[in-house]
Amino acid sequence: MTSPAKGAPGQAGAILALTGPAYLWLTVAILLPLSAMFYFSFLSEAPLAGKTGEWTLANYRAFFEQGFYGTLMLRSLRLGAEVVFWCFVLGFPCALVLAKSVKGRWREALFLLVILPFWSNALVRIFSWTMMLRGNGILERAIDWVVPGRFRLDIMFTYEAVVIGLVHSYLPYMILTCYISLQAVQDDLIEAARSMGASRLTILRRILLPLSLPGILAGVVLIFVPVIGSFMEPRILGGRNGTFIGTVIEDQFTAVFNWPLGAALSFIMLGCVGVVFALSRLALGRRG
Amino acid sequence: MTVISVEGVTKTFGSHDALTDLSVQFDDGGFYALLGPSGSGKTTLLRLIAGFEFPTSGRILFNGEHMEGLPAEKRDVGMMFQSYALFPNMSVFDNVAFGLTVRKLPAAEIRTRVAEALELVRLTGYDKRRPHELSGGQRQRVALARAIVFRPRVLLLDEPLSALDKALRLGMQVELRRIQRDVGITTIFVTHDQEEALTLADRVGVLRDGRLVQEGPPKQLYERPASAFTATFLGEANLFTGTAAEGRLALPDGTLLTPDRPAAPADTTCAVRPERVDILAPAEDPGARNVITGTVSEVIFAGTSLHYLVDWQGRSLKVTATNRGAEGAAAGETVRLAFAPRDTVLVTP
Repeated sequence: MTSPAKGAPGQAGAILALTGPAYLWLTVAILLPLSAMFYFSFLSEAPLAGKTGEWTLANYRAFFEQGFYGTLMLRSLRLGAEVVFWCFVLGFPCALVLAKSVKGRWREALFLLVILPFWSNALVRIFSWTMMLRGNGILERAIDWVVPGRFRLDIMFTYEAVVIGLVHSYLPYMILTCYISLQAVQDDLIEAARSMGASRLTILRRILLPLSLPGILAGVVLIFVPVIGSFMEPRILGGRNGTFIGTVIEDQFTAVFNWPLGAALSFIMLGCVGVVFALSRLALGRRG
Repeated sequence: MTVISVEGVTKTFGSHDALTDLSVQFDDGGFYALLGPSGSGKTTLLRLIAGFEFPTSGRILFNGEHMEGLPAEKRDVGMMFQSYALFPNMSVFDNVAFGLTVRKLPAAEIRTRVAEALELVRLTGYDKRRPHELSGGQRQRVALARAIVFRPRVLLLDEPLSALDKALRLGMQVELRRIQRDVGITTIFVTHDQEEALTLADRVGVLRDGRLVQEGPPKQLYERPASAFTATFLGEANLFTGTAAEGRLALPDGTLLTPDRPAAPADTTCAVRPERVDILAPAEDPGARNVITGTVSEVIFAGTSLHYLVDWQGRSLKVTATNRGAEGAAAGETVRLAFAPRDTVLVTP
C-alpha cells in the first residue's frame, strides 16, 4: 500500500472528490451552526427577532458563580460514567458470545435482536419504559407474580430509572463496537493460550480485553458523550429527579429562551468531556 | 516422557466423517509427520490430540492415561500454529513467558527459562520486540520457543513451515530437527509437503479421506509404498496396471513385468519411481531387468537432473536421469526403458 501523500498526482484529485462532499456537509451542517452558537455564547442576548446583544462573559461566569450548575455537571458526569459502566458490563459478554461462540444463522438472528431497538422511535421506547417501571407496572407485577408480596418496586421518576432507560438506549453501541474488535481477534490466539494452560479468565484478562480495548473505548466515547447531554430519558423517566446539565441546557433553548446561556453551558459541557477523555487517555497511556 | 496412542478414533462434523476408525501410536521422543492432502483429516487429528476437539468415538491416551474430557488447557501440550498466533499485545518475552506465568512460576525462574528458550531458537536479545517488528522466520522461532518453554508432554506443529519462503524453509527444517533432538520431546507435525515430511520425520503417517493409509519410516514409505496413492503422493511414480500371471504382471500389450515379490492373483498394479528407470543404450543388455519400449516425447533439463517424458501405450511415463554430461536420448527417439524387479513395487490400486 502506498500512502496517499506518495501517490500519483491523479490520486489527490480522487481523494478530494471522495472526501469533499462529506467534509462540505460537515462544514455546512455542523461547523457553521456550532460556530454561530459559540458566537452567541458570548452575547448578552441572542441576535434574533431584531434584538442585538452585547459582548459579555456573563454566561460563562454564571456557571462558576452559581453552584448548582457545577453540581449538575458532576451529576451528569456521574450518570455518564454509570451508564457506560452498565453498558460495558452487559454489552461486553454479549459481544464476546456473538463474536466467538455463535456462528452462522444464530449469529444473524441474535444480531437482529441487538439492533431491533434502533428501528423503533426513541420516544416510544422511553415511554414504554414508564409502563414497565411505574408502581404497579409490568415489572412490579411480574416480580410480584414470581415472589408474591415481597418487593415493592417503585423506581419510576428516580435516578435509577434514568440509568435503566439510558442503558437500554445505548447498549447496542457497546455491543457493536466490542463485537467488531473481538471478531478481529483470531481464534488461533485463544487456542494458543489454551494450549499453554490459560484458564478462560486469564484469556479474557490478558488477551481478549487488551486486544478489544480500541472497540471498548470507541463504545465508551459513543455512549458517554450523548449521555452527558441527554434530556429525553432524564425528563420522562426521571421526573423531578431527572434534572441534569442536559435538561438545563434544553430548558434554556426551549423554555427560558436564553440561548446565550444554553450555548455557554453546552460549550462548558464539551470542555468537561474533553478534560475527562484527556485524563483517561493519560491514565491508559501510562499503564500501557 | 510421553507415548501417545490414538485408538480407533472417529470424528464426525455434522454428517461428514473427518476421521474414520484411525489408530496410530506416537513413541516417546519421536518426530512424526502426518502427511496428506487438504481435507485428509490430518489437522483434525492434531486438534484431537491437542484437546481442541474431542473424538466422536475411540480414545486418545498419553502414557496410557485417558484424555477424554480433558480440554487443551489441562493437557500440557505445546502447539505451534500455522499463523504462529503470537499475542500482538505482548512483547517477545511476554509471549514466551505466557505458559510459565499461567503456571505461576517464580519470576526469577521465568526469566531464566525464557532466556534459555530464546537462546535455543537463536533469538537472544529480542525480548522487548513486538511480534509486528519481527520477520516471518523470527516470528516462527518465537512461536516455537513459546510452545516448548513450559516443557509440555508433546509438541504439535500445524504446517510449521508453510508460511516461509523456500530458502528460509530449508534453514528452518535443519533448525527444527536440531531443536527437537536437543529437547527430546515427542513431536507431531502436520504437513502437505511430502519433501518436508521425508526430510524431517523419523516416521511418517500418510492420511487420505480420514484414514491412515500407511505409516512407517520415510525410506520405507518411499521405497515400498503400499498403495498407488502413497506412491504418487510421496514423490512421483509410474503406475502399470495389468493382470497377475504366474507371479508376474502381464500388461495389456503383452509385456511381462517381474515385480518385487511374486504377484498374487488379486494384484493388478505396480509402481516404479522415475529415477529407478534407465534408458538403455542401443546394444545394452538389460539383464534380469524389466524392459519397456517407448518414444521420447520431451526432454526437460533441470540442472542436476534430466527429466524425460516417454510415450508408451498412449501414456506418458516419467524417467529421471542424473546429469552426467553425456548426450542422452533426444525427443522422437525410440528407446528401451529398463527397471529392476526390486524397484517394481506391487501396490493396491
